[in-house]
Amino acid sequence: MSILINRNSRVMTQGITGKTGQFHTRMCREYANGKQCFVAGVNPRKPGEDFDGIPVFASVKEAKQQTGANVSVIYVPPPFAAAAIDEAVEADLDLVICITEGIPVRDMIRTRYKMQGRKTRLIGPNCPGIITPDELKIGIMPGYIHKKGRIGVVSRSGTLTYEAVAQLMALGLGQSTCIGIGGDPVNGLKHLDVMQLFNDDDETDAVLMVGEIGGSDEEDCARWIKDNMRKPVAGFIAGVTAPPGKRMGHAGAIISGGKGTAQEKLDTMEACGIKVTRNPAEMGKLLKSVL
Amino acid sequence: MKIHEYQAKEILRKFGVATPKGIACFSADEAVNAAQQLGGDAWVVKAQIYAGGRGKGGGVKVARSLQEVGQQAGEMLNMRLVTHQTGPEGQPVHRLYIEQGVHIENEFYIGMVVERRQQRVCLMASSEGGVDIETVAAETPEKIHKVFIDPISGLREQEARDVAEKIGIPEQYLSQTVSLLQGLYRAFDECDASLLEINPLATTDKKVLALDAKMNFDDNALFRHPDIVALRDLDEEDPVEVEASKHELSYIPLDGDIGCLVNGAGLAMATMDIIKLYGGNPANFLDVGGGATAEKVTEAFKLMLRNPKLKAILVNIFGGIMKCDVIAQGVVAAAREVQLTVPLVVRLEGTNVDIGKKILADSGLTIISAENMADAAQKAVHAARSGAADFTCQCQCPS
Repeated sequence: MSILINRNSRVMTQGITGKTGQFHTRMCREYANGKQCFVAGVNPRKPGEDFDGIPVFASVKEAKQQTGANVSVIYVPPPFAAAAIDEAVEADLDLVICITEGIPVRDMIRTRYKMQGRKTRLIGPNCPGIITPDELKIGIMPGYIHKKGRIGVVSRSGTLTYEAVAQLMALGLGQSTCIGIGGDPVNGLKHLDVMQLFNDDDETDAVLMVGEIGGSDEEDCARWIKDNMRKPVAGFIAGVTAPPGKRMGHAGAIISGGKGTAQEKLDTMEACGIKVTRNPAEMGKLLKSVL
Repeated sequence: MKIHEYQAKEILRKFGVATPKGIACFSADEAVNAAQQLGGDAWVVKAQIYAGGRGKGGGVKVARSLQEVGQQAGEMLNMRLVTHQTGPEGQPVHRLYIEQGVHIENEFYIGMVVERRQQRVCLMASSEGGVDIETVAAETPEKIHKVFIDPISGLREQEARDVAEKIGIPEQYLSQTVSLLQGLYRAFDECDASLLEINPLATTDKKVLALDAKMNFDDNALFRHPDIVALRDLDEEDPVEVEASKHELSYIPLDGDIGCLVNGAGLAMATMDIIKLYGGNPANFLDVGGGATAEKVTEAFKLMLRNPKLKAILVNIFGGIMKCDVIAQGVVAAAREVQLTVPLVVRLEGTNVDIGKKILADSGLTIISAENMADAAQKAVHAARSGAADFTCQCQCPS
């Protein structure tokens, strides 16, 4: 089944008329079933136009009504991105993937508050997106490095996820779905949420979990895995060498008040029965060893 | 982004938070004038640096005469203030804040941060004011009381009152404290703060005052706060980080000798980790981002080469949106422009990797190419040890 997206998903791009939105919508359309899956674009100032044959609508609601789209991907600039998420949530889409980097935390706190009790799931912001190999890619990851298979991948980062996927591929291991949940402190799906989905997915045999310093998502996920996960999990945490108090690129990648260190996360994961490596070049090998 | 104590207090006063009267100054003479203007018979001379822990390092002193104010101000402006947050080399003091002395009855701790699990702003309050809150959290966590603030209603009066009572604010000070706490939250929210700390909050002569104030801001929200951006004091920031931010590069200097140039924050951290794992030490964190150009890569090289300890550079790129040929062109241009004096190890993977590798091979530059991350890290560590630009790798790796 894969998780969250497949060939039957119908996707709209919010911010389709911007440079980034255009480029990546084009790349996603060229990948597998992208052509039939990407059905709409949204720009309140340019309704009635089209982009490469994709109709542009004034609102998410209208795009949904007219095309049946149930998923949205957002490339809207940071000052307006949280409002774009709100709009997709209000239109009751199933899934919103926000690629935009640099959204103020205050905006995301309000957006997450408004999402309580709503059906929409959010991936990101500040994330590479999600791909179900050989079916559908929604995001900025290079599609060709993936292949359909039975390993789930969840990570906070972009290029480190590509690295993990390349290592799996070198060992002949394809992926069911790969998700980058993003590097911001206030975001949508967490490691734990994605892990639950993989646990229930009959096309996923094992999960590679890639984390980084900051927060306690990985620890929360590890504790859940200990009691509930029926599939093997292998993990890596980036930032063992990161100094405290410094934001390591991602807004969320910061050790504050002595909390959120990589060592702490690795220790918790190990204590919860997850195989971990301290060598980022061995993520693939480790995953293979737990199969 | 960080600001100074006196700037934070100026912001907080606009939100109805009471503080002692104070004047910022840049010289001992100004300090004496400030004290005269403030009046009274005791003053506090406070060094203005971004780092915390100033009191213990000698950066906060009480003066009982104008002469003493001048003397302490002079001493502080000439010192490098060392605290547990500055590192052993300390931080030079360029600005002072002269405050009216107050009679302190009781001290409390108030802090606000964004709590990631609850996805709300968390108010933390404790009866243990004036001491290091991390110590309190570790030793007596039951003395820290928390409120997760509803983003729509803000900090409710009852919540503020409850927490004030829990930390033992005396009855006669309760209503003042409630409105002060509500003001603090409004300041946090409306200014897009990422951290707000009042340590200590003090009850003094019938008034509740913020005796110290620390405020950090969400970098992602600075676009809507030009007034706060104007407060930035570049003297307090690492000049290399300042230069990097001009080129939209995320750069953090570290203690080691192997420079790293990587695309993506996660991969950049992982690259530092693997260098360490193979016995080397990373000289920096450097994420060139998803939209790097040849110019950006050149700037990144220049930043790394400012470091006199640098012995090797490791470029680790997984091209997605960013194509390997663009990076390769940048690397070649940079290596030519800056006259590279240390060994350069390059690992390219992803989009257009073959074109990228060819550009490097045809450049005529001495570049040690690596097949994968482990290979790259090993070669960089070897190269840093041997320390010559014409270094060729002697290990078993297929170079």
